[in-house]
Amino acid sequence: MSGNDTEKSTVGTLRVKRGLAEMLKGGVIMDVVNPEQAKIAEDNGACAVMALERVPADIRRDGGVARMSDPEMIEGIKEVASVPVMAKARIGHFVEAQILESLQVDYIDESEVLTPADETHHIDKFAFTVPFVCGATNLGEALRRISEGACMIRSKGEAGTGNIVEAVRHLRAITGDIRKLTQADEAELFEWAKQLQAPLPLVQEIAETGKLPVPLFCAGGIATPADAALAMQLGADAVFVGSGIFKSNDPAPRARAIVEAVTHFNNPDLLAKVSRNLGAPMTGIEMDDINTKMADRGW
Amino acid sequence: MVKVAVLALQGAFAKHCEAVALCGHTPVVTRSASELARCDALILPGGESTVISKLLVSNGLVEPIRGFIASQAPVFGTCAGMIVLSQPKPLEQGIRFSAIHIEVDRNGYGSQIASFEVPVTVLALGSKPFQSVFIRAPKVTRVGEHVRVLASHDGTPVLCQENNVLTASFHPELTDDIRLHEYFLRQ
Repeated sequence: MSGNDTEKSTVGTLRVKRGLAEMLKGGVIMDVVNPEQAKIAEDNGACAVMALERVPADIRRDGGVARMSDPEMIEGIKEVASVPVMAKARIGHFVEAQILESLQVDYIDESEVLTPADETHHIDKFAFTVPFVCGATNLGEALRRISEGACMIRSKGEAGTGNIVEAVRHLRAITGDIRKLTQADEAELFEWAKQLQAPLPLVQEIAETGKLPVPLFCAGGIATPADAALAMQLGADAVFVGSGIFKSNDPAPRARAIVEAVTHFNNPDLLAKVSRNLGAPMTGIEMDDINTKMADRGW
Repeated sequence: MVKVAVLALQGAFAKHCEAVALCGHTPVVTRSASELARCDALILPGGESTVISKLLVSNGLVEPIRGFIASQAPVFGTCAGMIVLSQPKPLEQGIRFSAIHIEVDRNGYGSQIASFEVPVTVLALGSKPFQSVFIRAPKVTRVGEHVRVLASHDGTPVLCQENNVLTASFHPELTDDIRLHEYFLRQ
């Protein structure tokens, strides 16, 4: 009863690229800086790992130019991880992206956490087989990234701060404007496209569907299970945790608790249970005390 | 109308819920044994099998699902869902229910840049090919004698059935074609 199997397959379609983001929904993507951390992350329920040389908190502390990680280090993490491995390229640095594609990473994050390489142009993400995730602080930025080929959007938040306030601002900005779009009439959509500086067809699509055409994840400042559940209740499909796990006192139980919190984001009894006895979270920083706002990078 | 539990611990469960609703049945977002107990069929979605395995254990769902499978109720696993329904292999961690006599290699088709879509002929669904989306897909490496191979690609089984259990290496929930969900819910 076996069907025939002579048809030719196609790689790198939008459906295949967005599809991996669908598979990561309801999960936690964890920043890791070496194979040991990658192992801890996977053993404690990470649905993917982000391979980078320094977590955002350290990039912030060290200053200087932050670049793509050493390929050797990324390959070391790929060897131990069975879950998808992501890596970061600088905004507009399409050659870093070419190198990451050649390393066969599973997702590229064109990230404001690294120092931008181009202050006008983002990467043409349609030119790649590997899918891209990009940060956004508002709906217009999200739609510009999608129009360049991004297959996942993450609210930027403010990386390396352990402070959720910016992530909440950005998530609310994106989901709030989506709700307003669904109420707009046809004529108003032209003005919305102008205001958002976004392509009209995408604006019209969102007005009709009430959601982004790609998954919306949350990043930048998540440090506790409650933070993760807050992001999910505000409409995120999944969360990135950067410094929040490996800059805390006891990474493994915190990782496990955040994974449970994302699954049960709407269940306060369970959130209370998993939030117990996790040790100290990362210390965190007040927004007024930071010199570089990474979220302002990208255009 | 059938109540279909869609395991919602992690992964693409929302898309399966949409497909079940389009078939005219009721999806039940399932994270606990009590939710499963109210249902007549079960879908295990794609996602990361390592994560889903851990959450099955921490949420006390392993034995209830084992019992559900043994009750002969229809069960459908896609991608990661197929992995947890398959036979255990040496050196591999994670839940394997041995619900169907197949062995699989996780990420057997390669990393994301090797992920692909292809029209596949499924005789049970008629002559129109089924557009099949493979994402870091598991590859079936061994098939037991009582397993019916409903579709293959490049000589490898991609859609298998044994009694009440249906497994797909690919993601029918990522297309608008609901024929495979309809086939499953007719069982």
